[in-house]
Amino acid sequence: MKSLRDRGQCALIPFITAGDPDLETTAKALQILDRNGADLIELGVPYSDPLADGPVIQAAATRALAKGTSLDDVLSMLQRVSPTIKAPIILFTYYNPILNRGIETFLQDIYTAGARGLVVPDLPLEEVEALLQPARSIGIEVTLLVAPTTPKERIAAIATQAEGFIYLVSVTGVTGMRTEVETRVQDLLMELRSVTDKPIGVGFGISQPSQARQVMEWGADAVIVGSAFVKRLAEGEPHQGLEAIESFCRGLKAAIAE
Amino acid sequence: MTLTPLPITSAQRPDSLGRYGRFGGKYVPETLMPALSELEAAFYQYRDDPEFQAELQSLLRDYVGRPSPLYFAERLTQHYARPDGSGAQIYLKREDLNHTGAHKINNALGQVLLAKRMGKQRIIAETGAGQHGVATATVCARFGLQCIIYMGVHDMERQSLNVFRMRLMGAEVRSVEAGTGTLKDATSEAIRDWVTNVETTHYILGSVAGPHPYPMIVRDFQAIIGQETRQQCLEKWGGLPDILLACVGGGSNAMGLFHEFVEEPSVRMIGIEAGGEGVDSEKHAATLTRGRVGVLHGAMSYLLQDGDGQVIEPYSISAGLDYPGVGPEHSFLKDSGRAEYYSVTDKQALAGFQQLSRLEGIIPALETSHAIAFLETLCPQLSGSPRIVINCSGRGDKDVQTAAKFLNLM
Repeated sequence: MKSLRDRGQCALIPFITAGDPDLETTAKALQILDRNGADLIELGVPYSDPLADGPVIQAAATRALAKGTSLDDVLSMLQRVSPTIKAPIILFTYYNPILNRGIETFLQDIYTAGARGLVVPDLPLEEVEALLQPARSIGIEVTLLVAPTTPKERIAAIATQAEGFIYLVSVTGVTGMRTEVETRVQDLLMELRSVTDKPIGVGFGISQPSQARQVMEWGADAVIVGSAFVKRLAEGEPHQGLEAIESFCRGLKAAIAE
Repeated sequence: MTLTPLPITSAQRPDSLGRYGRFGGKYVPETLMPALSELEAAFYQYRDDPEFQAELQSLLRDYVGRPSPLYFAERLTQHYARPDGSGAQIYLKREDLNHTGAHKINNALGQVLLAKRMGKQRIIAETGAGQHGVATATVCARFGLQCIIYMGVHDMERQSLNVFRMRLMGAEVRSVEAGTGTLKDATSEAIRDWVTNVETTHYILGSVAGPHPYPMIVRDFQAIIGQETRQQCLEKWGGLPDILLACVGGGSNAMGLFHEFVEEPSVRMIGIEAGGEGVDSEKHAATLTRGRVGVLHGAMSYLLQDGDGQVIEPYSISAGLDYPGVGPEHSFLKDSGRAEYYSVTDKQALAGFQQLSRLEGIIPALETSHAIAFLETLCPQLSGSPRIVINCSGRGDKDVQTAAKFLNLM
């Protein structure tokens, strides 16, 4: 991401939920996103109680779990497919599955599978220490989140600890598609920029190329789009979903390419 | 118990990070962190504020009807007496006599007074059995605040009386269809609402669960149960109770009774979980008995989860105990050996429900019936005539339809 920024480009980070509609489709989707403009890819591990997710991603996780998608299944799929794609893979998972496996084992397992980054939406600064040190030694970058409600001093503290990029949550709310991006995102970006030179990715609520472009123009280093991909991938037969995300991904990339 | 109790001081419960030993903490999306800090600051500010306390105490007395009586259950005591007349002396702390019929109002009232002072005009809450939802709807009506209650679809069906009560008092009851449509899912949905509306909304969490500072705040507003109990024991026999007994779902009524006595080593504390169809079956909600340490709804605690760390849908006949987690302080009290936790099955709870109804003319909630039912196991193990205080945490009117289905009395 840093190299993209050095070239003055904004990165595209699509998100999909592993196992919806099935892991074979997820594997194909990762390759399609990689070939059609994704600079990094966030892969969501389905979880029973996704507190930070809106209805689209919740439903995708529920469907994936109903099919029996386990963490081992997700990681073996990833291990198979990751050598074929260029975009670094970031896993998005809630904390309990990490804790359940044991922090070090979890980190080792996802590294072996090919993941290089980790986003844990229910692990704020106060609780993240237990994860940060072992992640550093294994080579997994832990992205921290900043929200519209985060006070200024706290933004600086989070920026200091974050690795890879800082995930700026663009809405006060859960993941999902919105018709407009709140204008205060611009202020938040400026505030973040004033305390850090780390790359900043903006996500939650971005679902259209025009919104992605807007966020890029406000100074984001990366745009993260989730529910809009998950929804497209889940509609119709798997091949239709894959076609839909292919053209959607291209459209988003075109909108943020200079 | 073979564990040696750790030295337990109030300073550890919780520490500055909201931890009770290794349990508790704040595992929530970043968006909520400032709100949790704001709530914590408000709580510390008003907890010792004379004006706040005067308003709370006045409402607890005149609106809730406190203090609740400590009632000597004479025929229940006789039932468990040995032939020589000795045996457990059983007392009921009558939280069922509170306005709205359960202990939940103690916390709802305290939190709504906090919310008012924090300038929040919109209140949300989760509910399982509906008692916390009713208590929240009640205090919102009393203070003219907008009230939205999240309730699982399955619970709305088995607690339809409480749904009507909430709506009657002007609350909007939103059904939650995710998962099995029970308390866990309602809590997740309430948290999502709070993440979205945090700047205008106060979330009145109903149990000693959730992220810090909730387990502490809810416990402290419920602690009046134990404080009154201590006073009433002194008046009745000039000493402490020997055994405290309460049901545990999230654990607020138990924590409310226990808190005053945690540093009194002579007082034995027993929490009873919902064993459903048996803790060896897959259908139970006995988190402390069968769970492993995990994170749910913002806190680290014991948790019913599968081998992959996915939360298991719990089961109990009692909607108020049907929760896969448990308050972090209970996990701490369990691991430290200070409190004991056991479970009783649906069937045993129904027997307790009938027993208290027939022997004392008191119809307990199905939740409370779990604590009553444990007397059957506990009393034969006791020697002498120890004094047991059971938290009679709620009345059973809401449960008569559910119970009738099982008991065949209709």
